[in-house]
Amino acid sequence: MKVNKFFIGGAFIFAAIILLIATSTQANAEYFMTVDELNAEGAAAVNKSVRLSGAVLGDTIQYDASTLTLTFEIAHVPGDNAEIEAQGGLAMVLHEAVSDPSRARVKVVYEGVMPDLLRNEAQAIMTGTLGEDGVFHAEELLLKCPTKYEEAVPEQAASN
Amino acid sequence: MLPEFGFGVLLVGFIVTVYSGFAAWYGVRNKSASLVESARRAQLLTFPLLTIAAGVLIYLLVNNHFEVSFVYEVTSRSMPTYLKVTAWWGGQAGSLLFWAWLLAMFTSAVTVRKWERDLEFLPWVIVVSSITLAFFVGMVVFYENPFTRFWDIGGQVVPSLFAPSANATVFTPDDGQGLNPLLRHPGMVIHPPMLYLGFVSFVIPYAFAMAALITGRSDDRWIRITRRWTLWAWLFLSLGLVLGGRWAYDVLGWGGYWGWDPVEIAAFMPWLTGTAFLHSVMIQEKRGLLKHWNMILIILTYALVVFGTFLTRSGVLSSVHAFANSPIGPLFMAFVSLTLIASVALLIKRWPELKSETEMKSMLSREALFLFNNLLFMGILIVCFWGVISPLASELFTGTKITVGPPYYERATGPLFAGLLFLMAIAPLSAWGHSTVQTLGRALWKSALAASILTVGLVFTYTKNIYALIGFFLISFVFFATVHEFWRGANARMKAQDENFFAALGRLMGRNRRRYGGYIIHISMALMAIGILGIEIFQIETQGTVASGESLELADYRVEYRELASWDDFGSAVNYTRSVVDIYENGIFIGQLYPRIDYYYDSQQNMTIPGQHATLKDDLYILLVDWQPVSNQGATFKIYVNPLVNWMWIGSLTFLFGLMFAAWPDKDPADEPVRKRVGAGGRQASAAD
Repeated sequence: MKVNKFFIGGAFIFAAIILLIATSTQANAEYFMTVDELNAEGAAAVNKSVRLSGAVLGDTIQYDASTLTLTFEIAHVPGDNAEIEAQGGLAMVLHEAVSDPSRARVKVVYEGVMPDLLRNEAQAIMTGTLGEDGVFHAEELLLKCPTKYEEAVPEQAASN
Repeated sequence: MLPEFGFGVLLVGFIVTVYSGFAAWYGVRNKSASLVESARRAQLLTFPLLTIAAGVLIYLLVNNHFEVSFVYEVTSRSMPTYLKVTAWWGGQAGSLLFWAWLLAMFTSAVTVRKWERDLEFLPWVIVVSSITLAFFVGMVVFYENPFTRFWDIGGQVVPSLFAPSANATVFTPDDGQGLNPLLRHPGMVIHPPMLYLGFVSFVIPYAFAMAALITGRSDDRWIRITRRWTLWAWLFLSLGLVLGGRWAYDVLGWGGYWGWDPVEIAAFMPWLTGTAFLHSVMIQEKRGLLKHWNMILIILTYALVVFGTFLTRSGVLSSVHAFANSPIGPLFMAFVSLTLIASVALLIKRWPELKSETEMKSMLSREALFLFNNLLFMGILIVCFWGVISPLASELFTGTKITVGPPYYERATGPLFAGLLFLMAIAPLSAWGHSTVQTLGRALWKSALAASILTVGLVFTYTKNIYALIGFFLISFVFFATVHEFWRGANARMKAQDENFFAALGRLMGRNRRRYGGYIIHISMALMAIGILGIEIFQIETQGTVASGESLELADYRVEYRELASWDDFGSAVNYTRSVVDIYENGIFIGQLYPRIDYYYDSQQNMTIPGQHATLKDDLYILLVDWQPVSNQGATFKIYVNPLVNWMWIGSLTFLFGLMFAAWPDKDPADEPVRKRVGAGGRQASAAD
């Protein structure tokens, strides 16, 4: 009898936690997508909360400081870590994505402060939605510059 | 020459560590005192060895030995010396060595201090910590070696430990890449070591717990020996988290201090289990209950500590903290899995011996409320864990990769944190063993009434937001109930001992340091919760471009742009762009702020430093976003008003004080006579903890 009481109390809390997690996940789920996948879904992806990643094309970065509107294009990079490793690491994959004109691309609009790390061949990881105009409206923008941290061989090597 | 020496010392350190663990295990199994002694000496040797290796690395860092790839990656000529030293933990290989060095130091401290007294546990403690140490040192020796150099083979540069071929020569770049500018901040200098201190200190209670399981000692001896370790571990971990938050607030320029980033969560998860553990060990000490649970908590904490180190270092999750993808990821996973399986197997073997000594009776007894507190902490842990693994899990089960952002965590943990606040208010006033609604109500009604009055006052003066009001009610309930408890204790002592109020309060607290230190921490949590509510619910922002003399307005503030200057500092290779703005509150001039952007030439990276005007009411937080360099006429700002956020930092300081108060060394808890367990009934009896 005594044990039951605690068991019920614990089960109640546990159930509440599960319920919280389930509803919160449902309300806030974001779908991971690559540029290829986003293009493949096309109209079906419109207005769905998406987490998109790609390689930033440096030439396309435009920033209007008066309205804080940032636009740039990203090129497709594989979403799978193993695949990235197989193709020679993130820095290499990003470099190739930017250099390859046949890669799928998508235009991104972001309103806010221009992030410090935004530059050519950075990896942009964004959450947002695809608009009906085919432009990705990013609400959150995160950047990674793999060359910063990876075991890089010094550039002087080439001149030696 | 030096890199080879450093590597040689590391290798010897690895061998000695492996020997120490093996000798301790073999010695204690075969009752060979001399072998155990030999293991102890080997263990004591690991610390000086790793210190020498670390010393060599620091020497290389400080003296610009860019032929060493680690030095090349994390330092540059323009960095000041203190940053070159702290670059030790600025990269992967160095930080793993730092971790190992701390563990060697702590284990040595344990074996040096009370060897005779704790002889039954210590050989096993050496085994457990040697396994952990061997893993980390092995990682440094075989996979992430900080002494790897660049070699030139006929014009091609390759990183390698030793000459890759006979004709290879050492290649020395002119300058290094330099530490990521975001990490060149005083907060970043101490944030990682604090976190690591916290992480590594938790290995010690875990090692004792395992020793207790192996030797079959089912009482709370291991808890009493490690009580202070646990408190200090928790102190450092908490401090690491707070400092990380402060760093993010000052440097990252997104107007907040906590972004539910996977790596933040990785450090937060062991804090959750550690906090639950700190509470539930008291139940075992007082009542002999929850023995299994404590074991589970410390095993989980250890696993999460290693897992956390792995997450911050593996790049498996996309995050601002992520370093490179590296081969050590799978090794970390294997190590976590193996130690987890071994620990759980041991626990299952000893399960029947860890039976509770009494039964939990009343739902409102203190032990029951502590149990609920533990469940809530576990709930938050599950929320976090699910959030972190959701991309991996959803891909595994549904094929599409799904992730969750900050709104998920806020929504799912909000009610659980509220529950914790509620328990924080009522649990300290409930009695051990048996407590009823009537007794609890008698102890609490005044505080509840005061909190209600305050909340109603807030409705008319501050906010009508229901979540904020619930939060403020709970916070003030905790505050009043805890302060009332101080007052009641001091008052009782004042009458009994015929002392004045402050002498009584001082002695009362001095005699029950853990208890009253804990209460100070509870009050600090309430203060920090004020800051969290403020930024979560009331944060407002605006942005705009203004010419010199024009203003932006937000809440009661007016920000007037004056001028801007840009200059190079060649010594440190940084370009500074500093703006000057006048701040008016309700039309009255209150000061100038200087939001700026620092551009680091060596890493071609910006750093946005906000201008902050901090008061207890709110924080005005101004970012310089952009400027027109030619005309020098206009600049773009983003402005946040973060209400109440400074209570967060005030709470952090009182928190630190409370923890020091509770953990400061006096008499070793393990040397105290075992007190009689508190039976059903009296709160009075419990006042002696």
